[in-house]
Amino acid sequence: MLYREAGDFKTTYVADSQTFPLKLDRIGFWVTLAVAWLVIPFVINDYWASSLLVPFLIYAIAAIGLNILTGYCGQVSLGTGGFMAVGAYACYKLMTSFPDVNIMIHIVLAGGITAMVGAAFGLPSLRIKGFYLAVATLAAQFFLVWLFNKVSWFYNYSASGQINAPERFVAGVAVTGPNTPAWAQYLICLFFVTICAVIARNLTRGTIGRSWMAIRDMDIAAEIIGVNPLKAKLTAFAVSSFFVGVAGALFFAVYLGAVEVGEAFGIQKSFLVLFMIIIGGLGSIFGSFAGAAFLVLLPVALKWLGVDVMGWPTDLVAHFQLVIVGALIMFFLIKEPHGLAQLWRLAKEKLRLWPFPY
Amino acid sequence: MSADFLYGIEVIINGLMAGVLYALVALGFVLIYKASGIFNYAQGVMALFSALTLAGIMSGQVPFAHLINAIFGTEIHYFGWEVPVLAAIVLTLVVMVVFAWCVQRFVFRHLVGQEPIILFMATIGLAYFLEGVGDLMWGSDIKTLAVGLPQGGSMFVENATSGLGGDDFYGFFIDKLDMVATVVAIILVAGLIAFSQYTKQGRAMRAVADDHQAALSVGISLNFIWVLVWSLAGLVALVAGVMWGAKSGVQFSLSLIALKALPVLMLGGFTSIPGAIVGGLIIGVGEKLFEYLIGAPFLGGATENWFAYVLALLFLVFRPQGLFGERIIERV
Repeated sequence: MLYREAGDFKTTYVADSQTFPLKLDRIGFWVTLAVAWLVIPFVINDYWASSLLVPFLIYAIAAIGLNILTGYCGQVSLGTGGFMAVGAYACYKLMTSFPDVNIMIHIVLAGGITAMVGAAFGLPSLRIKGFYLAVATLAAQFFLVWLFNKVSWFYNYSASGQINAPERFVAGVAVTGPNTPAWAQYLICLFFVTICAVIARNLTRGTIGRSWMAIRDMDIAAEIIGVNPLKAKLTAFAVSSFFVGVAGALFFAVYLGAVEVGEAFGIQKSFLVLFMIIIGGLGSIFGSFAGAAFLVLLPVALKWLGVDVMGWPTDLVAHFQLVIVGALIMFFLIKEPHGLAQLWRLAKEKLRLWPFPY
Repeated sequence: MSADFLYGIEVIINGLMAGVLYALVALGFVLIYKASGIFNYAQGVMALFSALTLAGIMSGQVPFAHLINAIFGTEIHYFGWEVPVLAAIVLTLVVMVVFAWCVQRFVFRHLVGQEPIILFMATIGLAYFLEGVGDLMWGSDIKTLAVGLPQGGSMFVENATSGLGGDDFYGFFIDKLDMVATVVAIILVAGLIAFSQYTKQGRAMRAVADDHQAALSVGISLNFIWVLVWSLAGLVALVAGVMWGAKSGVQFSLSLIALKALPVLMLGGFTSIPGAIVGGLIIGVGEKLFEYLIGAPFLGGATENWFAYVLALLFLVFRPQGLFGERIIERV
């Protein structure tokens, strides 16, 4: 039959504990990957890349990062924008200081630097919890943005205070700078998304992910059964910040090209990523993708509907967007606190029983 | 006394005044948090919304004019009348009460018993929603709020104190508006305390804050109390909105004062009204002094953006429940 455990026999432990236990899921996963890698790069154009696909992929990485911290480890962070800024500025400094090194290495290193900064700002989480921690992460947000604005070393003393991505090549094709072809932008982001998603999925399935979830569910109880809260919380902050840093580096180097820190990585960005994981689903990798796709698509769709179809002025549509996003957040928290991922899970449950639900 | 020292005192006084305004916003947070356990991020946007509504009603704007024009192709903007200040304030309060009822009825009633952090995120959604509604209703242009509050530096204080220092000291510069805000804040706090101590509804409110279920079992209507509390928070938001709006115009950045109120709350503790006041004053003085002594000369200025958070962060590491908060006891 179509979507069933029945008949899908597992004969080894490895097969039994794989990520997608259902055959159709596995096929779906590989088909998605194949389409993303082998079809889209050939049909992509500038509009699709710059308004939908590239921001979607980058936000997906950031959402996975925040989801690890908030969804899996239960530590609410409002500092995502600040950590993305760390990734972006680290990448910029590395790119300009070591122009001969491959940009891919720089992006990974930028993630590593962000991980260290994130772990440092995660230290208070050992003492404070809940809202208090959420507000404490605001300290990171505002302090980091201020730092990158004020200390001119970070933007190489440029007069405008902006950072501009110089042109860098991977295998002879420009991936940053103004002459980047759309498919190259797309592919480099896709590369990092694929790797990050696989890493995140496997981390959360393993020992470390389980210790995060134990901390999330009740930290004192987790401590009593032998989870080290210091290690669990700090690794969650570090891993989460790594992903967020990679997302920030890509956002700056590949997507925007030129960045003014307060504008690109302000508090609004932190909330945007937080909304993505709420709408997508806390504690779900698929949810991170769903939420990112939803919130990237929503403004574009609304703009199309409001401005192009209805002929309304742009600012009116922008206000409507606020109303709709706000209403959706509340709606999801009331009706489906586990987000789009839960809807997807329910649909799959139904499909398993279909057409004989009893 | 040397002029530098006197300038330092002036900085402190101005910090205290700014702190009063922070405390005003923080008060609204504490009210709602005590009664319903909801950490209301939307408090700042409520201040913005009430100030927008007040400005809109006073100038006789048609609500949703922009939207109506876009849908029906009409060109309406103003009713053509101006509403006197007091009537406008009463009307705004009515709007805030209706808003409180809607929030209670359509959002938080469905979220009773959820985790606090879910409630917090819901209020972030509420903040976005309300901001969008405010913009749709009244337009997003910057409005001036002329409710007849005095503006500018007080010549009286300046002249009276100019003799204290040497020749290069011209007296304390203190904004009249800040003085009015301080007086209003004191009246508001006294009123709130009197309300919660001496009236029936106030007692019911405190009972709810103590224990929801016990309050319910002695016949207190939770729904009514929550609407009441949200309305009170709306009132506080209106006062804060008027003060800030008169100071710097009614615009989006007004809603960002909510973010400034957060460290105030962390310092003072979420559950304490005196804590909100003291926390506000500490943050106000602290950030002005830090900017004056260290930020501007050594760090390139604009440290006010983050100082409050870092101060609160450092403080919390040593005292996680804040200055006046209830002791956190955790059980498995």
